[in-house]
Amino acid sequence: MANILDENPRPTLKDRVTKVNGSVQGSQAWNSIFRPGSIFRKGYTDSPRNRSYVIMNSVLYHLHPVKVKRHAVKVSYTLCLGGLSFFLFILLTVTGIFLMFFYRPEATQAWNDINNLQTSVAFGLLVRNMHRWGAHLMVLSVFLHMARVFYHGAYKAPREFNWVIGIILLVLTLMLSFTGYLLPWDQLALWAVTVGTNMMGYTPVLGSQVRFVLLGGAEIGPETLLRWYVLHVLFFPFIIVIFMAIHFWRVRKDGGISGPL
Amino acid sequence: MTEIPEHLLKRAQAARDKAAEEAAPAAAAPSAEAPASDPRIPAHLLERSRSAKSKTDSDAAAGGGVAVLDKVAAVVAAPAASAGLPVGAGPGGHTQRLLTVVKSGSIQEVKASPVDKVHTWPHLLAAEFVAALACTAFTFVFSVFVNAPLLQYANINKTPNPSKAPWYFLGLQELLTMFHPMVAGVTFPGVGLIVLILSPYIDKNPSIKPEDRKFATSMMTLFLMTWAVLVIIGSFFRGPGFNFTLPWRDGIFFEL
Repeated sequence: MANILDENPRPTLKDRVTKVNGSVQGSQAWNSIFRPGSIFRKGYTDSPRNRSYVIMNSVLYHLHPVKVKRHAVKVSYTLCLGGLSFFLFILLTVTGIFLMFFYRPEATQAWNDINNLQTSVAFGLLVRNMHRWGAHLMVLSVFLHMARVFYHGAYKAPREFNWVIGIILLVLTLMLSFTGYLLPWDQLALWAVTVGTNMMGYTPVLGSQVRFVLLGGAEIGPETLLRWYVLHVLFFPFIIVIFMAIHFWRVRKDGGISGPL
Repeated sequence: MTEIPEHLLKRAQAARDKAAEEAAPAAAAPSAEAPASDPRIPAHLLERSRSAKSKTDSDAAAGGGVAVLDKVAAVVAAPAASAGLPVGAGPGGHTQRLLTVVKSGSIQEVKASPVDKVHTWPHLLAAEFVAALACTAFTFVFSVFVNAPLLQYANINKTPNPSKAPWYFLGLQELLTMFHPMVAGVTFPGVGLIVLILSPYIDKNPSIKPEDRKFATSMMTLFLMTWAVLVIIGSFFRGPGFNFTLPWRDGIFFEL
């Protein structure tokens, strides 16, 4: 009868994970990193104290407290949207710096530079694609983050002001994306920006002046390209970083993320 | 006015009774020796105040100088004459005054219940790391297979038909077909942004429970859905001349 019962039952997923975990942590490579006196001078063993030190003794302490509410780590609550917006910003900065090496903001050069980047620079096309899709994704994730925050009522006291900062960040994200739109200097860029800035010209009192300053003339031209390049790579990133710093700081000061519902 | 705790009231009453008891015999026998009978005041202080008093009396004979008797009972009657008591003593001879009792809850946050917390490392950081990796992987793979558009060199004399704004502005461009440009391009987005910014100050409902916020939720949903529909129409249902088309019939006139 005993043979009917399986003597070696199939390992469950948990067993497998435990086994893999054990073999990884027992491996030579793991120990060469985490044993005391190695890369981490004092080693790392998993203890509440060390868990606290990971945050407390690193630059991460500027972003995260040592402990967070248990419900705050549920992915289903935040969907990581705010964090992903920030991460996409970093990704865009990295890919954008790469693109800057190959791009000149002159009407006669810009399109050729992009074209050359795509055809004769290693990974040029890939990085440009990542920059463009990442940008669209960031606009989307900031939008969704706003919706998520609204539906959770997370803009209510004491977080009202952080909501205001968030709207400013949304506008800045749109401005970053829009200024970047012109830079390839192709038909799509030129005419999308023409349509966009024409609307701006209808603003009462200041509209035409603001438009003139932004375009560097009555119509879009080579001057516009230089202006929008500077706005795109320096001005708006600078402003948005400041507002992001305030935003993240306020998240912590206002008591972490909201909820649970 | 904050309610004063009962034990403090009792203590104050007891002190007042005691002061009255001590004052009574002193008032019954008014003499130069009376202050010395007050055991609460050290002798050297009494001596000092008496010398100061006689000096003051000689300087200004009329200046509130009835206060010869440094007795608590007299002080209660005429506080201005309390020269025999330590400087700053109040009615009833108290050297301290209770200004107010502030309950701790009103000035400091008292944790009513401990919050269930977990360590940021590894619980939050691991999740963030995985999310960042997944995001990078998605962007990477998508970029491998889908190329960003690069149309012809910009030509100011050759207007493409249709000319479309970036997708996030296509809702506005769609509104342009219905309203005056100032209304569609300035008033709507302006009012929308201001209402969005002010929404925490407009929405005074303190509850975050979805069942208590049906109005706010439906307004936001209405707003987002209107916006999404406008963007989708502008993106996929507008062809040459920004006229209405059906994407499955005429194709898509849209570049990201």
